[in-house]
Amino acid sequence: MAAKKPAAKPNVSKEDLLKYYKDMLMIRRFEEKAGQLYGMGLIGGFCHLYIGQEAVVVGLEAAAEEGDKRITSYRDHGHMLACGMDPDGVMAELTGREGGYSKGKGGSMHMFSKEKHFYGGHGIVAAQVPIGAGLAFADKYKENGRVTFTYFGDGAANQGQVYEAYNMAELWNLPVVFVIENNQYAMGTSTKRSTHSPSYWERGAAYGIKGEEVDGMDVLAVKAAGEKAVAACRAGKGPYILEIKTYRYRGHSMSDPAKYRTREEVQKIREERDAIEHVRDLLLTGKHATDDDLKAIDKEIKAVVNKAAEFAKESPEPALEELYTDIYADA
Amino acid sequence: MATEILMPALSPTMEEGTLAKWLVKEGDTVASGDILAEIETDKATMEFEAVDEGTIGKILIAEGTEGVKVNTAIAVLVEDGESADDIATPAPEAAAQPAIETPVPAAAKAEPIAVVVPEEADIPEGTEMKSTTVREALRDAMAEEMRRTPEVFLMGEEVAEYQGAYKISQGLLEEFGAKRVIDTPITEHGFAGIGVGAAFGGLNPIVEFMTFNFAMQAIDHIINSAAKTLYMSGGQMGCPIVFRGPNGAAARVGAQHSQDYAAWYSQIPGLKVVMPYSAADAKGLLKTAIRDPNPIIFLENEILYGQSFDVPQLDDYTVPFGKAKIWREGSDVTLVSFGIGMKYALEAADKLAEDGISAEVIDLRTLRPMDTGAIIESVKKTNRCVTIEEGFPVCSIGNHISAVLMQEAFDYLDAPVINCTGKDVPMPYAANLEKLALTTTAEVVEAAKTVTYR
Ligand SMILES: Cc1ncc(C[n+]2csc(CCOP(=O)(O)OP(=O)(O)O)c2C)c(N)n1
Ligand SMILES: [Mg+2]
Repeated sequence: MAAKKPAAKPNVSKEDLLKYYKDMLMIRRFEEKAGQLYGMGLIGGFCHLYIGQEAVVVGLEAAAEEGDKRITSYRDHGHMLACGMDPDGVMAELTGREGGYSKGKGGSMHMFSKEKHFYGGHGIVAAQVPIGAGLAFADKYKENGRVTFTYFGDGAANQGQVYEAYNMAELWNLPVVFVIENNQYAMGTSTKRSTHSPSYWERGAAYGIKGEEVDGMDVLAVKAAGEKAVAACRAGKGPYILEIKTYRYRGHSMSDPAKYRTREEVQKIREERDAIEHVRDLLLTGKHATDDDLKAIDKEIKAVVNKAAEFAKESPEPALEELYTDIYADA
Repeated sequence: MATEILMPALSPTMEEGTLAKWLVKEGDTVASGDILAEIETDKATMEFEAVDEGTIGKILIAEGTEGVKVNTAIAVLVEDGESADDIATPAPEAAAQPAIETPVPAAAKAEPIAVVVPEEADIPEGTEMKSTTVREALRDAMAEEMRRTPEVFLMGEEVAEYQGAYKISQGLLEEFGAKRVIDTPITEHGFAGIGVGAAFGGLNPIVEFMTFNFAMQAIDHIINSAAKTLYMSGGQMGCPIVFRGPNGAAARVGAQHSQDYAAWYSQIPGLKVVMPYSAADAKGLLKTAIRDPNPIIFLENEILYGQSFDVPQLDDYTVPFGKAKIWREGSDVTLVSFGIGMKYALEAADKLAEDGISAEVIDLRTLRPMDTGAIIESVKKTNRCVTIEEGFPVCSIGNHISAVLMQEAFDYLDAPVINCTGKDVPMPYAANLEKLALTTTAEVVEAAKTVTYR
């Protein structure tokens, strides 16, 4: 199967378009609120916001089926919301409370949901890549037709274990989609300063893995590419690499002075390429929604996010006994 | 409704900052995302963005104000048609977490005693001292050694253009250029190996790990390649390299980012392991490390980076390996620690003095080689010992010290040695559990009272 560019604009229903809009806006508002809570000292440690990259997870989740798996880095809030995890539980984990997905013991970077097949939340750059291939190994072994989305950054894409995983994934035809979220920076290092290879997805060719570059500010393009990758995996022709070009608007984490890029650069992308604005335009020009409809959606989402923030503030800290639980499973 | 704009927390360890500059004035309307002010933390100057839209009703903290505590109201934001006075009494929402104190058993009140701080033996009398942060001391050590010889160079993630993820290499790129201050991709296993190769090839690399948690990616080269080659080559080929970076817990960064590796590396023959507490030792020991012909593990601590200590103003201040420093002289109990553990040890010694217990406090400074002689000498005097570290309890540095004392000072011990350590759990994220997981001054005080039977 040759790596074909996706068709210009796939047909999309009004319902689907509205769903992508809502899901992306949900992530953005959630992240803005998380930033606020961090500033108030309610969230501690590292907190990596996903603002700007929303179309990546929303597009790929649109290509996923029930039972498919996902795994990512510490920049994970968007992935969790997009796969249907409860905003209350995610926010309460950010504040380190009992009601959080990991009972407050994991924090922003380390959350999991077996129910939603979300395998974390990993703090060590690129560690999730072979683990994602391993999840796919288990699915292939069980012959259950499931696919794993393994997300990692442009910075992570230089780690050696990525290539060890590529080699085995192709050798054993594992049903894994390697998703490189190329937001152009790894902390303060632009991609130009960390590699001379012209693209990340093409590196898969050295191992015989197909792939393509995708416009990550266009949720429909992401979805189309995701469907193709998933189809290949389900047909036993995995793995597949998607290099999704995106951009993070905020600092690397909350404590990043961001001196490595200009405000103008960020502003320009926000104004010209914003993924949410793009869908908003499609909705309005396609007469799928009115300004008032969108205002109502915004209000609805704000309410959900405010409720999550309230829950995250009200939920008690974990009981002190929790310090010593969950270290070993009962044998 | 008028809302207060609060001094934000801009990093995991920030408690206060300087409000460097206001970029808006009273009466300005602001939208979400507009920059309101520049705030200086100990690490960097950060831009502070508006979250809500509205009009700046009142600026409460003038620009240039230092030491503004996180969550202090710094301005009032009003909506159309409101005035700043609509906000009655500024009562910022306190995010403080309840402190958890390990209860100290009530003891019979004893008379307080004076704390005895010994003279600095190694520093010539009359030497000028300058208050310096650990961060600056580390930078100065590298800069001095890089000036001394061109073979010394620094590499690691974000060390050059970003000036260091924790700002340790501030200014080095400017002074020494990109040939000698080198940004690497995020490839710890690879650049640790390249560092080892460069050392075999005659250079003196300083390899910075953004934190030692990430050195686990590289540990094969540190141990199998760097530590063992001198031996395997029958003494022909050594590996003069320094691996350095922050180690141990910072604040609220969770299990994968909070580990103390002191005991791990101390187990390895061929490595030397250094873990300074004060700025003077950070400087003097790092210079010694860079000159040493062996692979050195140099364990720093993020929380200590911003703390200031007196550093002697000498042209070439070095501190030898394998020599402990006595911070307090005492006769009732020996407290042995290193790195950030010293903070608990010193605080405990002060508290114990109030209760009439005289604690001798030893800072090991280097863990391998370890100045066990200093510990034994002290225990001969006090007959009791408590060790303090943040790492895990099983196979800890404290366990090793206990074994050494049992073998070499058995007849002098009047009580079993107690090891105060981090708890035997991965580091939890929740604020209350994190506090419990770390060792505390109260635990050290309690241990000292236990071994002195008070
Ligand atoms: C092995 C390892 N090295 C370094 C770090 C510190 N670190 C955390 S995120 C990051 C940048 C990663 O950039 P990228 O992979 O592009 O992901 P993004 O943050 O852009 O989503 C670095 C250096 C780490 N967590 N793990
Ligand atoms: Mg990136």
